[in-house]
Amino acid sequence: MTHRIPGKGLIDRTRPLRFSFDGREFEGFQGDTLASALLANGVQLVGRSFKYHRPRGVLTAGSEEPNALVEVIEGKQKTPNVRATVQELYGGLTVQSQNRWPSLRFDVMAVNDRFAPFLSAGFYYKTFMWPRAFWEKVYEPAIRRAAGLGALSGLHDEGRYEKAFAFCDVLVIGAGPTGLMAALVAGRAGADVILADEDARMGGRLLSDQPEVAGQSGPDWAADMLAELAAMPNVRLMTRTTVTGVYDGGTFGALQRVGLHLADPGDLPRECFWRIVAKRAVLATGALERPIAHPDNDRPGVMLASAVQSYVARYGVNPGRVVVFGNNDSALQAARDLTAQGVQVAGYVDPRADVSVLEEFPVYPGGQVVGTRGRLGLREVAVRHGGGVSMLTAETLALSGGWNPSLHLTCHLGGRPDWDERLAAFVPRAGMVAGMSVAGAARGRFSTAACLADGAALAAEVLADMGIAGHDMPLPAAEDRSYAIAPFWAVDAGGRAWLDFANDVTTKDVQQAAQEGFSSVEHMKRYTTQGMAPDQGKSSNVAALAVLADATGQGISATGTTTFRPPYTPVSIAAMGAGGRGMGFAPERLLTSDSQTRAMGAPMIEAGLWYRPSYFPRAGEATWREACDREVSMVRTAVGVCDVSTLGKIDVQGPDADRFLDLIYTNMMSSIKPGRTRYGLMLREDGHVMDDGTCARLGEAHFLITTTTAAAGPVMRHMDFVHQAFCGDWAVRFTSVTEQWAQFALAGPKARELVNKLLETPVDAENFPFMACGPARILGVEGRLFRISFSGEMGYEIAVPARFGAAVFERLVAEAEAMGGGAYGMEALNVLRIEKGFITHAEIHGRVTAFDIGMQGMVSAKKDCIGKSASQRPGLMGPEREQLVGLVPVDPQAELSAGAHLYNENDPATRVNNQGYVTSAGYSPTLQSWLALGFLRDGRARHGQIIRLDDGLRGRKVACKVVHPVFHDPEGGKLRG
Amino acid sequence: MMRYSGFRVFTQGLTGNTGWRAAWRKPAPKPEYDVVIIGGGGHGLATAWYLAKNHGITNVAVLEKGYLGSGNIGRNTTIVRANYFLPGNSEFYSHSLKLWEGLERDLNYNVMHSQRGLINLFHSDGQRDAFVRRGNAMLAQGDDAVLLDREGVRRMLPYLDFGQARFPIYGGLYHPRGGTARHDAVAWGYARAADQRGVDLIENCEVTGIDVENGRVTGVQTTRGMIRAKKVAMVTAGRSGQVAALAGMRLPIESHVLQAFVTEGLKPVIDHVISFGMGHFYISQSDKGGLVFGGDLDFYASYAARGNLPMVEHVMEAGMTLMPMIGRAKVLRSWGGIMDMSPDGSPIIDSTGIEGLYLNCGWNYGGFKAVPASGWALAHLIATGQPHETAARFRLDRFATGHLLDEEGTGSQHNLH
Amino acid sequence: MRISCPCCGPRDRREFTYYGAADYLNRPALDADASAWDDYLHLRDNPAGETRDLWYHDPCGTWVAVTRDTVTHAVIAAEAVA
Ligand SMILES: Cc1cc2nc3c(=O)[nH]c(=O)nc-3n(C[C@H](O)[C@H](O)[C@H](O)COP(=O)(O)OP(=O)(O)OC[C@H]3O[C@@H](n4cnc5c(N)ncnc54)[C@H](O)[C@@H]3O)c2cc1C
Ligand SMILES: [Zn+2]
Repeated sequence: MTHRIPGKGLIDRTRPLRFSFDGREFEGFQGDTLASALLANGVQLVGRSFKYHRPRGVLTAGSEEPNALVEVIEGKQKTPNVRATVQELYGGLTVQSQNRWPSLRFDVMAVNDRFAPFLSAGFYYKTFMWPRAFWEKVYEPAIRRAAGLGALSGLHDEGRYEKAFAFCDVLVIGAGPTGLMAALVAGRAGADVILADEDARMGGRLLSDQPEVAGQSGPDWAADMLAELAAMPNVRLMTRTTVTGVYDGGTFGALQRVGLHLADPGDLPRECFWRIVAKRAVLATGALERPIAHPDNDRPGVMLASAVQSYVARYGVNPGRVVVFGNNDSALQAARDLTAQGVQVAGYVDPRADVSVLEEFPVYPGGQVVGTRGRLGLREVAVRHGGGVSMLTAETLALSGGWNPSLHLTCHLGGRPDWDERLAAFVPRAGMVAGMSVAGAARGRFSTAACLADGAALAAEVLADMGIAGHDMPLPAAEDRSYAIAPFWAVDAGGRAWLDFANDVTTKDVQQAAQEGFSSVEHMKRYTTQGMAPDQGKSSNVAALAVLADATGQGISATGTTTFRPPYTPVSIAAMGAGGRGMGFAPERLLTSDSQTRAMGAPMIEAGLWYRPSYFPRAGEATWREACDREVSMVRTAVGVCDVSTLGKIDVQGPDADRFLDLIYTNMMSSIKPGRTRYGLMLREDGHVMDDGTCARLGEAHFLITTTTAAAGPVMRHMDFVHQAFCGDWAVRFTSVTEQWAQFALAGPKARELVNKLLETPVDAENFPFMACGPARILGVEGRLFRISFSGEMGYEIAVPARFGAAVFERLVAEAEAMGGGAYGMEALNVLRIEKGFITHAEIHGRVTAFDIGMQGMVSAKKDCIGKSASQRPGLMGPEREQLVGLVPVDPQAELSAGAHLYNENDPATRVNNQGYVTSAGYSPTLQSWLALGFLRDGRARHGQIIRLDDGLRGRKVACKVVHPVFHDPEGGKLRG
Repeated sequence: MMRYSGFRVFTQGLTGNTGWRAAWRKPAPKPEYDVVIIGGGGHGLATAWYLAKNHGITNVAVLEKGYLGSGNIGRNTTIVRANYFLPGNSEFYSHSLKLWEGLERDLNYNVMHSQRGLINLFHSDGQRDAFVRRGNAMLAQGDDAVLLDREGVRRMLPYLDFGQARFPIYGGLYHPRGGTARHDAVAWGYARAADQRGVDLIENCEVTGIDVENGRVTGVQTTRGMIRAKKVAMVTAGRSGQVAALAGMRLPIESHVLQAFVTEGLKPVIDHVISFGMGHFYISQSDKGGLVFGGDLDFYASYAARGNLPMVEHVMEAGMTLMPMIGRAKVLRSWGGIMDMSPDGSPIIDSTGIEGLYLNCGWNYGGFKAVPASGWALAHLIATGQPHETAARFRLDRFATGHLLDEEGTGSQHNLH
Repeated sequence: MRISCPCCGPRDRREFTYYGAADYLNRPALDADASAWDDYLHLRDNPAGETRDLWYHDPCGTWVAVTRDTVTHAVIAAEAVA
């Protein structure tokens, strides 16, 4: 480490750490960032620019870094676009430069720089247009390969990420002097405080400028205050935590880097994304320094003055000879501080003519930097002053074009800042975010004393507002220097001067945009891509605005600014998406029979959030079709058992339950007798079918309704709405009992025999006829029995409290198997219901009316119901509507497929000829034929016609006969028997 | 008139790029126009271009309250596709895609229309059947569609999570001609082309009133003064309700916010447009390298072009379950646009009860791909008084009559989308 | 965004399901003319500013009419519809 100043900095020199960069091994110390460690090893070249592949070095010492983006390697996995200025050093850290080929020092794409005149703003809109096919094949791939920065590995991100919620009275964002004071005042008053700072160490500029506070060094004072805060139970200190976004209602997004700085994070997540809800917030995010655009200002070795100070004071890096180029008092102060730290300042260049020359270093009043030299790192700085140009030898050029308050978060809810002429910067307006106070440098108060005072004062204001009594706190003494600036944005000396380092936008690009009429600030941004790179223009937007304002002749405040949007600094998708990976994306709902079902070898399929068995394979069955055919035949000839617990069940009670159900359903439910069940149809208010199901009247004022699996939630919500919105005074209450009951369908000619094996009191056709329902003791358990069927066979459904579900299922399957039956799955269930013409959401897909499915008769003429009025619109009935039909292939073995379209026999398959489409299809072992349900224009009038099923996607054409949708047992004798 | 070409870029490069001229004029409004178009978004600008090009009507002004392209045309996720299945939508989007395919030559502007292929994934038999129906409709319309099984998807998108995703991938519907385009360039390309035919593009000109006399429109009031017009078209997307109210109309529109996201630039990693309907997630990679992705509406009426965390997190979670390789990509920017949601999710291009006043709105999430055909159809309607054949079903009265175009099947009521 | 459920207190927006403008509370009579139903189902003021809309608090099942600002997202009031 050739470039360290002995004894300087807040790094721990007793803990050396080895790391590698582009395959070379280096050493740094605990407390270093990757950037400081590289600089301490004399590494200036760390990256290549986006468009021209120019050599680039570290510009800043913070998250706003535009140049020093690298890939962190972990085995085969890697993380692209990591800021070297933020990544903390750990032993074994392996890093690689990006966006260069074959190497950082020799990058072939650097030829782009030679072609720069032809790659000016917006050039791609004006060319690459011919020949047409070349865009996807030639131009675009070339552009894509050249563009982009780092690369993803292409491997699944297996890293751990977390999300968490936090609540507090006061969120203090930023732990510099302002934030520390605000947190102290609020913490001492007993408020619940969260103090968040993106740095690994709190203290902000106190750690870098190291001003004296209360007679102590900046870092020491900060450490004492932090110790006091850490001891308060009502204060939570969150280091490495960037507040990334402001959202409505006092909600903040924050990213905490939990394990990214550790060689072995163990069980810690890499990152945690916080949702913080705060009653109040104090924004104490300080200010960011901005560079000055001058020719070749992007050479490695060119840095922000404040960054040079950080690297010297906080990290003990020796920057070599430094030229400081600034237009404001803080730049001059930086030169003085550096000198005081023992750094050799080779010159202070300031365009202001009246700047003091009585310094320990050469001063160039009225001077400007007009160029730099040095192949892959800075060697000389050209300074124009007094009519001539001097070449100053230097390894570092420190730029300071002034300071921009870090007000980004204040703009996230759409607020716009004000232009402050005196500071030559945007400052926040009051009230941009309700409940947020902006303090210290973030609102343009730059001296340490002013920051301390402002933090304390605003915290006191916030407390008073919240009715929390505060204590008077004496303000610690600190420097209170004034800050003067003469706006100066770009040096006019020919050559290319960079504004946006990250996206390679120069002053010429902005001027060209203005010349081409892209003179509104958003047009300029979009045309040149200024401010759209990873740093979002943090250090360049204001200068670009100024150059634009100059080109258009408007002032900066008339030019306006672009919008800051979340996140403040980029956040990994994995962190904000923590928990979503793999199975975490949605809850899993399991049947009570789930483990038996899986033990029987049934493949499980997703049905909404539920898992249901597809089929139950038996020995000797090679395909799912064999199992399915067997299960269907089993139901048609013996008995089958199916877990139907996924259907929504809603228990409805109260004296007004019957008229409420009349309002919900199209048909009359108030006339059902206790102990009877009725099929019912529900419409949406827009007149289309919402859902179907059964409605069982268990008592005079007690109903149990079922919904389809998918609609259970929406139907419950809908019922709550209808009740609370239209008839809140009716005495009816309902609750979802889907999870409380396990329910099984028993279907087949032997269903009664099977059900009686479990019932304490056997049933017969007379005492428990078709559509009966009622309580029943099942294997000694109080349950319910329904005589309903979704298969067309004699059917019972028995319901038991969910905890008995597994046992009842096991018993049912065993008994059924002994009778030549067994369990059946979703495939068989689907075939059974197609054979019977029963609909599911394949048919009632949201665009279908009762008329379309032939159930217009179920819309009672005697009463109102939800959706009735809208269902009578002229467009929703009539022969031009597609109506539900059955389809049987002329050749019974010709496969039919859902999604196919229907055409008259000899018509070509074009949109205008279309007659309808197929919704469900399956092979019926019962009828030894493929069958399908579908919708056909004027279909009910076309039974008997031949129509062509056309599945162009699968190259299938099948002649089909149009029939009534009930294929099996149309009279329903089996069902009722 | 300055034509753009590689040669021009070259000669300008040699002479310091000092000869480029303004892409469009910045004229002051004239007192009267034959046609005034309110809204300088994609649809408004395209309408102006096709009025000029197809119908020779050039005494036209486009009035834009901000800068051209300041609305959704510059905020969307740029997907261009023709994969609709309901008659009425099918022919319209099919027409639009054909216009896209000739747009660069038509406008002499590279809008970077990239037909990289779109894949809609499905995760159950039922979803597959619905996509098969859609694919067959696309074929019947003369467009392209290919049904992929799980292995077919794996061959094209090997980086998806085929192992442990909550909703396993069953297959996909592949639309090879689907893709993306550069959104701003579309606005600028139409603007420049229309300007060259004499259309006045007037920025910073907000319409604050619509003048109607005896049931006939006579002009508009604006922040830059009164402008008389024989015909006026309202083409203001997210602001449609407010603008129509100026003419005393109440629309079947509710405005909602839709968010979108872009990551930092990355080397090429996603070569297609991928849509994961089950998780309300879709993604593509821009030519600059950013992953551009989004999800569903925030689901509340809004005019703030920004959203909230619940949908942000949902979108990220969907991305992680579908393609965990993007976990380490960092979201650079999120934003929102205001969607003019119609009850059935389909647009409206129609005349109104007021003579000479036309309406174009209800583009929901999908109006970017529609820009060329919408401009074409509205220009036709304005010029001829008759709806264009590809847009004949986009009627304003279809909600009252029940002739709905509900592609999603979620219902033709605002509260159901 | 946070909404105060009259039953449960202030909760994050993610606990609620949105249901559109409060116009849905004014259901016309069955025999009201077609335009009344068109109005009810489709036509909206869609204000940029203060609005009143309907939210369902999923955990407790309360329908809430919320007075909000569509431009600032400020939540001004929330009351049960029943
Ligand atoms: C996040 C997001 C993602 C999207 N993704 C896609 C996608 O992938 N594919 C797709 O096809 N579509 C997508 N869309 C939808 C698409 O962007 C819009 O449907 C389409 O841009 C709307 O039409 P427009 O371009 O004319 O609207 P806009 O660009 O919004 O134009 C309307 C213009 O009217 C102006 N205006 C309003 N009021 C007035 C007034 N009183 N006076 C003067 N001018 C006025 C506005 O300032 C605005 O410029 C997306 C939208 C968003 C927000
Ligand atoms: Zn509640």
